[in-house]
Amino acid sequence: MNIAIIKYNAGNVQSVQYALERLGYSAVVTDDHNEIKNADKVIFPGVGNAYSAMQSLKEKKLDELIKQLSQPVLGICVGMQLLCNHSEENDTTGLGIIDLNVKKFVSEKNNFKIPQMGWNNIYNLSSPLFEDVKEDSFVYYVHSYYAEIGKETIATTDYIFPYSAVIQKDNFYGVQFHTEKSAEVGDKILLNFLNLK
Amino acid sequence: MLAKRIIPCLDIKDGRTVKGINFENIRDAGDPVELAKIYSQQGADELVFLDITATIEKRKTLVELVKKLARNINIPFTVGGGISSVENVSELLQHGADKVSVNTAAYKRPELITEISDDFGSQCVVLAIDTKREDDGEWYVYLNGGRTKTATKTIDWAKQAVGLGAGEILLTSMNNDGTKNGFALEITSLLSNTLSVPVIASGGAGTVEHFKEVFEKANADAALAASIFHYKEIEIPGLKKYLKENNINIRL
Repeated sequence: MNIAIIKYNAGNVQSVQYALERLGYSAVVTDDHNEIKNADKVIFPGVGNAYSAMQSLKEKKLDELIKQLSQPVLGICVGMQLLCNHSEENDTTGLGIIDLNVKKFVSEKNNFKIPQMGWNNIYNLSSPLFEDVKEDSFVYYVHSYYAEIGKETIATTDYIFPYSAVIQKDNFYGVQFHTEKSAEVGDKILLNFLNLK
Repeated sequence: MLAKRIIPCLDIKDGRTVKGINFENIRDAGDPVELAKIYSQQGADELVFLDITATIEKRKTLVELVKKLARNINIPFTVGGGISSVENVSELLQHGADKVSVNTAAYKRPELITEISDDFGSQCVVLAIDTKREDDGEWYVYLNGGRTKTATKTIDWAKQAVGLGAGEILLTSMNNDGTKNGFALEITSLLSNTLSVPVIASGGAGTVEHFKEVFEKANADAALAASIFHYKEIEIPGLKKYLKENNINIRL
């Protein structure tokens, strides 16, 4: 299987690559359009700021390319947020593939730490992506922005209020948490993604 | 619901794990990669590696270790010890570390926190504070692995650091460290209830009850310990089961 991890100026692509290696797969980290287009699976990682991530995608003309992909694509964290219409982080226009908006966490009573950092549950799991993953499994999150719940939500989580943990439209999947750092549950979800048709 | 985190800490010297008792008397406690694998399989939520011999010539050894760790474990980890520049940070993050912890260098040059946070996000900047309660009843910041006293109160430095972009505080009480008499509840609680970022309590864990206490009474987001895990006085599965049974939200 050819797996491409999109290389742009956002984040810890190395960890995603290592996670795939632990699962017995090798992946190329690349910004080459043909290599990405021809891959069987594409992983779109992201750590850091949504605006600078989007700028970096545009510089490499990867924004247009990603929209045209027809194989399974997995956006992780900021990668997931960029699949959406818009992010409140620096008023960033996203790729608009998934019809959701990304908003900043606000803890009104100041009783929730922001960013959310640590292990939280996923529930209402409804996708082959979660085969053999139990309801309320814990996965690892680090984020200050979240995608609302919509018809594209295929898993929910709750921090301050319920929001999208995982979203999907057609061949595009986005996970807010870090599959590559989420122990056995993360490994299982990555494997399920690789097994998607 | 966000779970409370249990974090084993591995002090690293020349690529091996050691633990200082009261910041002295270090003893070899094994290979860091093997220990890290065991801890992640046992359910540790995160790991912290502190390089206590972080001289320039040893930097390469640390980067090699980070690479090995990132290849071998599937949970997040923080690396610290002697980090004084964005270049140091970039190298560690690129090779798979999730966060870095800064201490003395950040105190001496607070802009370091902002530089790291601007380049890599505040989520990856852990400010480590070694603190000691003096006879006047106040908690002060200590530097250089606890050897140098400052006149700065811990709460003031912590607030300033969060304002500069620190995403998490790793608070070690020197009064409690190595005693096994429990965490420093008062200062942990003050920081946790004042700051907008998570606080990791460190120093003093001796029993499972101490962990329960620091989560319930001091509202810590995470609790860190070293030797009690390395010498198996407390094992992570048993600890987490105990906490779960006592209604602490824990990842099992």
